[in-house]
This record gives sequence, C-alpha cells and structure tokens, in this order.
Amino acid sequence: MTFIVRQISLKSDGSEIIRQTDFSEESIYIGRNSDNAIHLPDLAVNPVHAVVRSGDPQQLVIESTSGQPFDVDGSSTTSATIDLTRGAELRFGGHIINVGIDDSSGHPSFTVRRTEAVSDSAEEKDTGFIYTLHGLLPGKRLSAWGFVALVLIACLAWPIYTYATYKGVEERPAGFHADEMWISGDLSLAHKSLSGDCQACHVDAFVSVRDDACLTCHTDDAHDHAPIDKQLVARGEPQGFAKFTRFVAASFNKPEGSCVECHTEHEGAGAMQPTRQQFCADCHDGMDTRLEDTELMNAADFGNSHPQFRPLLLVRPLKGSDEKAPRQRISLDKKPTENNGIKFPHDLHLNETGGVAQMGRRLAGKYGFGQSLVCADCHTPDQNEVRFQPVNMEKSCSMCHSLAFDNIGGTFRTLRHGEPEMVRADLRAFYRSTAPNRPINLGSLARQRPGEVNSRRTAEDYARAVNFRGTRADQAIRQVFSRGGACFDCHNVTAPSSRGGVDFGISPVAQTDRYMHKGWFSHKAHNDEDCSTCHVAKESDQASDLLIPGIKVCRDCHVGESGATLAKVNKPVESTCAMCHDYHADDGAPWLMREGDKKKTVTAGAGVRAGRASASR
Amino acid sequence: MASAAEAPVRKKTTGREKVTSHDSFLRHSNFRWLKIATVLSIVSLAVYLLVDVEPRHNGGSWYGYTLGTIGAALIIWLTLLGMRKRAMTPGSWSLKAWTSAHVYLGLSLIFIGTLHTGFQLGWNIHTLAWALMMIVIISGMVGIYFYATLPKPLSTNRDEMTETQMIDALRSLDRQLHDAAQPLQPEQAALVQESLEQDPFGGGFLQRVTNRYPGCKTRNAQAELRRQRAYQPRTGSDPLDKVDSLLERKEATLGRLRKHLQIKSMLGVWLYIHVPMTFALLAALSAHIVSVFFYW
Repeated sequence: MTFIVRQISLKSDGSEIIRQTDFSEESIYIGRNSDNAIHLPDLAVNPVHAVVRSGDPQQLVIESTSGQPFDVDGSSTTSATIDLTRGAELRFGGHIINVGIDDSSGHPSFTVRRTEAVSDSAEEKDTGFIYTLHGLLPGKRLSAWGFVALVLIACLAWPIYTYATYKGVEERPAGFHADEMWISGDLSLAHKSLSGDCQACHVDAFVSVRDDACLTCHTDDAHDHAPIDKQLVARGEPQGFAKFTRFVAASFNKPEGSCVECHTEHEGAGAMQPTRQQFCADCHDGMDTRLEDTELMNAADFGNSHPQFRPLLLVRPLKGSDEKAPRQRISLDKKPTENNGIKFPHDLHLNETGGVAQMGRRLAGKYGFGQSLVCADCHTPDQNEVRFQPVNMEKSCSMCHSLAFDNIGGTFRTLRHGEPEMVRADLRAFYRSTAPNRPINLGSLARQRPGEVNSRRTAEDYARAVNFRGTRADQAIRQVFSRGGACFDCHNVTAPSSRGGVDFGISPVAQTDRYMHKGWFSHKAHNDEDCSTCHVAKESDQASDLLIPGIKVCRDCHVGESGATLAKVNKPVESTCAMCHDYHADDGAPWLMREGDKKKTVTAGAGVRAGRASASR
Repeated sequence: MASAAEAPVRKKTTGREKVTSHDSFLRHSNFRWLKIATVLSIVSLAVYLLVDVEPRHNGGSWYGYTLGTIGAALIIWLTLLGMRKRAMTPGSWSLKAWTSAHVYLGLSLIFIGTLHTGFQLGWNIHTLAWALMMIVIISGMVGIYFYATLPKPLSTNRDEMTETQMIDALRSLDRQLHDAAQPLQPEQAALVQESLEQDPFGGGFLQRVTNRYPGCKTRNAQAELRRQRAYQPRTGSDPLDKVDSLLERKEATLGRLRKHLQIKSMLGVWLYIHVPMTFALLAALSAHIVSVFFYW
C-alpha cells in the first residue's frame, strides 16, 4: 500500500514549502526518529510513537506503539480507525496531521504541519510589554480611577447623602453617620455629646456656624457682652493684615462678631480653649478713640495697660432715710476714704504692745488670741473664702467690748446691740428696779459715827438717793451715748431731738462686702500671702481709711499675659484679662478661674502662665 | 618646548555655557530646585514657629489656610508632571527642569502639608488626605532611590545587550536545544520540552522583584539530566552532552534576563503606588476642601 506524506514548513516570508514523499509499505511509523516515515521533530513525540496500517477498504488503523496517546479529531486515544473518505485530523505534540485521500492517486495522504512554536520564547512576544510589570500588577490607570471613585463615594458622596437625609431633623439617631469622617478635630468636653450630630451646629451647607445654633442650647449663659453694633464700633475697622483676613472671611461668608469667632471648636478633646486676651484688647485697647461715648477706660494688658482700680465705695455714711447705700466707683488714685459709720482704728487693735494686745493675751484662753490681735480674730471668710463676712459685733467686737451693765447672781445682763430704745428702756428699768447701794452705816451700829444726828443724816441721804434713783437712768443713758460711753466708742451717735432729751440715735453702718464688681478677686487664691502684704492695716488709725490695695500692689506679682519680660518681679504670675474678667460676666468667678478650680492646677506659682496653664488642659 | 609644556593645560571655555546631557534631574541647574524647596520648607517652618496662632496651630488659622492653599496648588502642579512628561521641550522649562522641581517641591510638601495640619491628626478625611500625600511622597522617595542606584547594576547586567537581543538569544538557544534533544529518550526529551515550554517572562510580580524562580524548568532539566547521566559511561557522542551545555547557556541567559526584569520592575513598581495614590490623594483633597466649606 502507498502512503503519501506531505511535510509542510513555513518560509520566513510566511509562504509554505511542501515536501512530498511516497511510501509503499504495509505500515508506516510516526515518531521523532528520523527513520520514521512520518518524522515529527517534536520533543513531545516519542521516538516511535504510533504505527499506521491499512484496515478495511478505505480505512486506516492507527495505534500507539509507545503507549503514549495522540489526538484524533480533538479526543485523546491510543488506537483509532479512520474512515479515509471522511478523513481525520491527528495531533502529535505540536504537530497536526491531516489524513485523507489524495485526489489524483487515491492513496491515503498525510499532510504534516507544525502548529506550535518550538519553544515558548519562539512565540510572538510584545516587547513593549514583556519587560514591564504590565499584567503582573493591576494597571495604574485602573487603580487610579478605582481609588478616585472609592474616595469620592466614601468620603464625599456618602457624607453629603447623610447631611441631606438628616437636614431639618432635630436630633439624629445614635450610631455612625458618614459626615463624622469630616470632623476636623475632637470636640471639646462640653460639646462631646454632639460628636455624632454635625448638623446640630452646621445647620446649612456652605454656611458658617451661626449664633442661632449656639443659642439653641445656650439660652441662659451666653448673654451679650455689649450690643453687637457697639462692639463692632469698639473694635474698629481692621487694618493691614487683619483687614485682609477680614476680607477673606467676608468673601467666604463668615459674619463678623459671631460666637465662633472667639469660641473655636474642634481644637481637641478636653475643655474648650479659653479665648485669648487679644480678643479683649482688640476692642478695649484705645477704645475711647473709637467708641467715644463709652465710660469704660482703655485696657490692653494687666501688666502695662490697665486703669487704676475703681472700687464701688460709700460716698457718705448711711442715713436712716437711705433706701439704697450711696455708692460710686472712685479711682484709688484719688485716695478716696469710706466712712461706713464705724469708729475703728486698725493700728490700735493690731498693735503688738499696749492695752489691746494685753487684753487679748488675757482672753487668749477663752478666744484663742495670740500675742496680739490679728486680722482673722475679727474677719471671717465667707463660705467660698472669696470675700469676708461682715464683722459681727456680737461675735467679734464683744469679745472685748462688753455691753454688760448688771450682774445678777453671776449672770451678766448686757445692753441690746443695735437697739438704742431697748438700751434706754433697760437702763431705766435697771434704775427703777434697783435701790442705791445701802450705806453701810444705815440702821446699823457698824461704823456709825456717834450722835443721832449722824444716823438721821445718813437715813435722810439714803432716802433722798432712793427718791432720785429713777432720774439717774437718764444720766446713765447720756453717759452710754456720749464720749467715753460704750456706744460712742464705736458708733456715730445722733443727737437727741430736744435739748435735755435722751433719744440718742446711732448712725446706720454699711459694711461693703464687695468693692470690685467688674473684676474678680478671690482671697482664697491668695491664701499663701499675709494680709499685710496688700492691706496696710497696721498703719491705719481711721476706720474711714480705704485699705484696698491699688493696681501697683497687684503688679508686684501679676504681670499681664506676657508681661514678665516687661516687668521684672520675684514671683511673676502671668495674668490674662480672663483671670479677673469674663466676657459673659455674671456675679461668680470668671470662667477661667472656675475651670482652674475644677482641675486645681492654676496656681500662683512662679512662671505659671495662668492662661496657658488652663489652655493646655 | 613651550608649546609642549602648555599642551596638557586644558583651555578654559569662555563665552559659552557648557551643555551636558549627563546632568541628572537631581543635580539639574546646580540643585536650583533643591535650594528653592529648602528655602520654602525653612520659611514655612520658621513662620509656623514664629506666628502666634491661638489656641493652637490648625488648618483653619490664616496660616493654616495659606499653607493649605500653597499645598493644594503644589499637589495639582506636581500631578501635572504626568501630562508634562508626554511633551518634551528643551530650555529652562525642559522636562528635566520640571522633574527636578517635581522632586524637590514634592519633598517640601512634607513640611507644607504637615505644618498645615498643625499636627492635629485623627481618623477623618483630612488626615486621610495627609496620609495619602505622605504615601505618595514616600513612594516618590523610593522611586528616586531606585533611579539613583539601579541604572548602574542594570547596565552592568545588560552588558550592552538590548532587550531584543536578550530574547533573540533565548530563541536561538531554544531552537538549538530543540534540535539537540531530538535523539533523546522520551523522558529526557520531556524534561527539555518543559524547559522550552516555560515562559521566560512568566512568574508573578513577587518572583520578578525577588528574582527567585524555584520552579525553573531549565534548571530542573539540567539537574535531572545530569543526575541521570552521572553514572553513564562516556561514549563521546552522547547527545546529552550537547543538551547539557545548551541548558547551561540557557540558564545563564535566563539569569541575566531575570536580573534585568528584576531591576526594571523595581524601576517601575513604585509608580504603581505613586500614581494611583496621587489620584486617590486628589480625590481626598477635593473631599477635604469641599467638606471644610460644606460644614463651614
């Protein structure tokens, strides 16, 4: 039988070369060895891979001799019978053999063609890519756009969606809300609960936080410092760089003088940062040039630009007809005095020698006095130790200044303090109900001078004394209210209404419990100091001397916000405006000091910047 | 004599500037952009330290906004290098000048961007933008390091071969291997075939950058054939001898190719972080700016 084998190879230009060989044999072999009739130079093919024999007419039998399979029309097998009229496609390794009948001779023909390259490297490669990371990593373009989409959706679209969802909703439900990822810093302690509800303050998109949002909650504690129009006048037109920043702020729709201008949020967890002194000085420094009708004096820094204190003083002693104590703010520079209706020489009482000190020593066992009297013997701090309780006569003065006038079985009867009528009545009652001292020689033989006349004279004298006993009361009353009397020593006595009358009166006393109403001063914060550091009481011989220290004394320690460099003092306490003043002032301590008391870290120690100290908390 | 003495002295070139194309973008114009970027960084740091922003530095102060504006403008300009590099022009605004400025101004963003934050970082979009910026900058620094250190080993390894020559050498060796292996036994031929069929550019990203190919069929074929041949008598005409020497040559060629691929992938890999992260940064920056004004 004749087999026709056609080997097809490719020229470099792609055209085919066909080499035909006829084999007249019973069977032919297919394999890698070159002596096979169908020689397949293919390492995937065995040296002698298969044998081809003729079978029935028009059929060929192909069997594997090596046990290795081959493909017939795409299916793997080790033996196949091929109908020549239908033909078949055999595959050995990288070669394809088309089996059919040669048209001209009618013999079975085998057309051999290499379909796979000799090696992987021989295959066509795109040298533009194979040396790069192309295909090994996700493409730069793809991942770039992927990230862009991811970030824009997660960090922009989602929060905006959240905003739109809860717009107008009074309170958001708990849980995570996407716009929280926009938070620019932790909220302060006071606003921490609003962390999940951005819209509590940021009400409208692209509109800065308005005061209305703050006042929703701050209904009581955020009253105006001054009318906003006056404040803006007081601040004046910004100049230079401030003008530029104001212009920028205005361009970005930030209103002037809003709450958030001072109360900056998202500055980190912890207490809200105190407003810096510059905010005060912006207006109060040279304010009278801008706000011409103001009564306030200019101030910029405690250390070098602050007016003398102007305590609220009694301008004259109280009268009984006064409904309100006549007080007025007077600068300490004018060396004002204050007559509060009491006579009290501090120097006498604080003297370390002399009668007062001696009396104190004698009463030390009862009242705990020291070698001489000290301030605290009479002055008791109030509940918060900020100021002092009014000096109380019954508690303080009467330790020494007794009002006793009668001794009944060891019990002393005292005149009623504060009630002149009762004093008069008690003295009258005393004289009415008591007899004069009975003379020792009356009705007795003891010490009696001889002679009846003497005895009678004594009896007559005594009878006269008894008779006039009642009238002695007026004399006693006069004595009490006059120089040398118990009342007169300490009080201003008003004269009786008629000549010879005894309806003496006492001028009312008004002790001032707080002198500085615009600023805050706490004695407690100054406990480490002696009273005499600031109050020169030992040299005061008049009760009307005003013992309030002036600003100069304060500046011995308090040096303004950054004034330590200006004024050299031993124990500089850098003091901002906020140490004594409050923007939203009330009767209590300034916010700064209240915060300080909370944490107990504001001290008057050297080098402590009070403002900074609390700022850092 | 006089002229001979003068001969070694090189004449000074006066009146014209020496133009050299070997000046790298890092040294461009005598480090002009390094100087500019250094001044920019120092000034921004000095102002940061000198201005008193109460209560503390943050992106919302006037200085914060200033730095933020400069930073955002810089980021956008730096991104434009991607467009600029596709259009080369000579002169002061040459691509090299741009690249030099890109590198040094990009590094100055570490100062500008970080000072803009006022060191207030948290889990939010603002810090995300900062973090992406830092990733971009750091990946850029890695890129510069590679660009500065790798070209030399790349050149040494290449040994004046082009990439086309490399693959052609492999193809030639493969063809020779194929021919030489024809007489081999099926098992041995299969080993060689595996070597031929393996893609020399195959292997994943990690294999490429580490240059470790434990599954190398060429090496395997060589080792296995040597093992089989070890106790066979030497006939002098063993086809395995030729196959062995070809496999050895192929392995050496593959080694060079793979080293080449490793260095080239390192020269390119940082961009796979640098570029996508730049775009992520642009998106985060947009979200950052919009969010600030949205909740103004």
